[in-house]
Amino acid sequence: MAQSQDNTQEPVAGRAPLIVGGYDFRSLTEAVAVPVERKTPIGWWFFFLPSLAMLGLFGVSIGWLFWEGTGIWGLNNPVNWGFAIVNFVFWVGIGHAGTLISAILFLFRQKWRTSINRAAEAMTIFAVMCALVFPGIHVGRVWVAYWMFPLPNQMDMWPNFRSPLIWDVFAVSIYGTVSLMFWYVGLIPDLATIRDRAKTRIKQIAYGIFALGWRGSHRNWLHYERAYLMLAGLATPLVLSVHSVVSMDFATAQLPGWHTTIFPPYFVAGAIFSGFAMVMTLMLICRVLFRMEDIITMRHLENMAKIMLLTGCMVGYAYGIEMFIAWYSGNPYEQFAFANRALGPYAWAYWIMVSCNVLTPQLFWFKKMRNHIGWLFISSILINIGMWFERFVIVTSSLHRDFLPANWDYYQATFWDFASLIGSFGLFFTMFCLFARFLPLVATAEVKTVLPEADPHQGEELVRVVPAGSGTEPAPQAAPAGGGGA
Amino acid sequence: MGLMTLDVPEASAGYSHYGVLARFETAKALYRACEAVRDAGYSKWDALTPFPVHGLEKAMGLKPSKLPFLVLATGLTGAGLGFALQSWVHILGYPLVISGKPLFTWPAFVPVTFELGVLGAALGAVLGMFAFNKLPTYHHPLFRSKNFARVTDDGLFIAIEAWDPKYDDRDTAEFLSGLGAVEVEHVPIDDPTEDGEAGGAG
Repeated sequence: MAQSQDNTQEPVAGRAPLIVGGYDFRSLTEAVAVPVERKTPIGWWFFFLPSLAMLGLFGVSIGWLFWEGTGIWGLNNPVNWGFAIVNFVFWVGIGHAGTLISAILFLFRQKWRTSINRAAEAMTIFAVMCALVFPGIHVGRVWVAYWMFPLPNQMDMWPNFRSPLIWDVFAVSIYGTVSLMFWYVGLIPDLATIRDRAKTRIKQIAYGIFALGWRGSHRNWLHYERAYLMLAGLATPLVLSVHSVVSMDFATAQLPGWHTTIFPPYFVAGAIFSGFAMVMTLMLICRVLFRMEDIITMRHLENMAKIMLLTGCMVGYAYGIEMFIAWYSGNPYEQFAFANRALGPYAWAYWIMVSCNVLTPQLFWFKKMRNHIGWLFISSILINIGMWFERFVIVTSSLHRDFLPANWDYYQATFWDFASLIGSFGLFFTMFCLFARFLPLVATAEVKTVLPEADPHQGEELVRVVPAGSGTEPAPQAAPAGGGGA
Repeated sequence: MGLMTLDVPEASAGYSHYGVLARFETAKALYRACEAVRDAGYSKWDALTPFPVHGLEKAMGLKPSKLPFLVLATGLTGAGLGFALQSWVHILGYPLVISGKPLFTWPAFVPVTFELGVLGAALGAVLGMFAFNKLPTYHHPLFRSKNFARVTDDGLFIAIEAWDPKYDDRDTAEFLSGLGAVEVEHVPIDDPTEDGEAGGAG
């Protein structure tokens, strides 16, 4: 069971197995449930305590912000939107990969998603939590944050539904809600597994309450699977709409550098790009820490690297086309904004962005690099740095030199800006550590369905999908039905 | 109603057993057995598995889920309410002319209408699934069986309920053994006078 076999090769006769290590149903349950049940590993504290400290810093920075106001940040007159919006867009983007894995890959029947979808969905929820903090706190007068919602009030005033900012409130909060429901529905059968294995009364009750008395009835599975399919179908347009709406916060402004029609697809591609990088970072750590190398295999990592390469190229294309359109438009303000972006005071940030986001993934053209754990880890960190800088560049480099040169200024982040950025990572990693410790990290019930023995018609079809080396491969009895279809 | 067989109906009064629980070794054996149970004419029975065995509803003769109709209805309700809210706010609640645009600017209402439609549909899918499946149901006679804990691990079961018209204590058990069940047992029905030791958490 410990030996890992290479499942990144695609043999001509069939497909490589998704799960290696010779798991059956029971050993798979064991592999996923044991990390939840055994004593907390030392390595977990190594991640949890620093995260908790960072979360504490988040609390302090928010407390000081409420006391003192937004003056503690480096905002100035042309740059009225700083780290708060940068962090917001960054975190919403991180969440998108989770929904892509759980919903879009589900609709495309990409079965390899089953090993990573649980963790990726959890990541989505925690990322949306981090994102939602910033619009809540950045207004300065937090006690009027409820103005963002259409609530009857004593002033008889209502939000302006023609503004993308209010669309954003709806898009992101509904995205968070739907992601949470999707994740919880997926968790129910696995919570029942933990419930049935639990030895202590407290665990039985705690997991039992959330397992809702699930007993695997096929009459239940029928509705369950239909609900899951429909949630996937709903989450897919939702996730595309969320970052499109976020991009409209910028695109509907008349500011050069923001006022572009390419923003919605460009933001969505970037969001998936950064999100996959974050999934990669988390999975590389988790699979080692919880000994799941045979469930989250090299094939999974390689597939993620391919998606990062694809979305990285899309982001690179968007950077190029922005420059091209700025020149082609003949609009001097537009041309200045982009020349200033690449060569002005924030050129350092622009080139960090380009090198991290466009150059880093290019090494994934080589199979060797897609299978190189060290490079996968380094590149996932570099891409996330690059994607944070992308939002920083869009926000500050467009704002700091607006139409009137008399207004020009340079935005310099303060200690408290960085404290809120680092603190939001603290919130994210604290939540993720708790998730990885107390909930099943892998969607066991779903992974079981991709094991060959889960197929009730095993060995009956004309062409069998048999794991390499199992020795039970029957010869095709007739021409494969879909052979010529491609 | 197929749904009702999930519950312990009032008819269970007077029965000494919930029914027969049989465990099968492979998904293939379970699938064949389900076809046989269906063809034998049983109606109050269920297959219980740790993961959805694909296509088993065919072997069991179950009708497709009606959940999509509910989801369509709640989705349209969400979208409709969203559109109505925005129209009311801008036409009646707080009519404010912004850059000379008309009060009823429906294209600007599309994003929020869409989002609320998705919210309504998603709530319909999840809450509807709970309602159809009668979740949460923390207490069920099957949890009495020690063997049954394997249903969330590797156990593939068929349970035939005692109040099925074709049920017979001995014949049904023998029928299931004949289909290749590796373990067959009679599950006792809950005794209301007893301390509730079983249940969802047990």
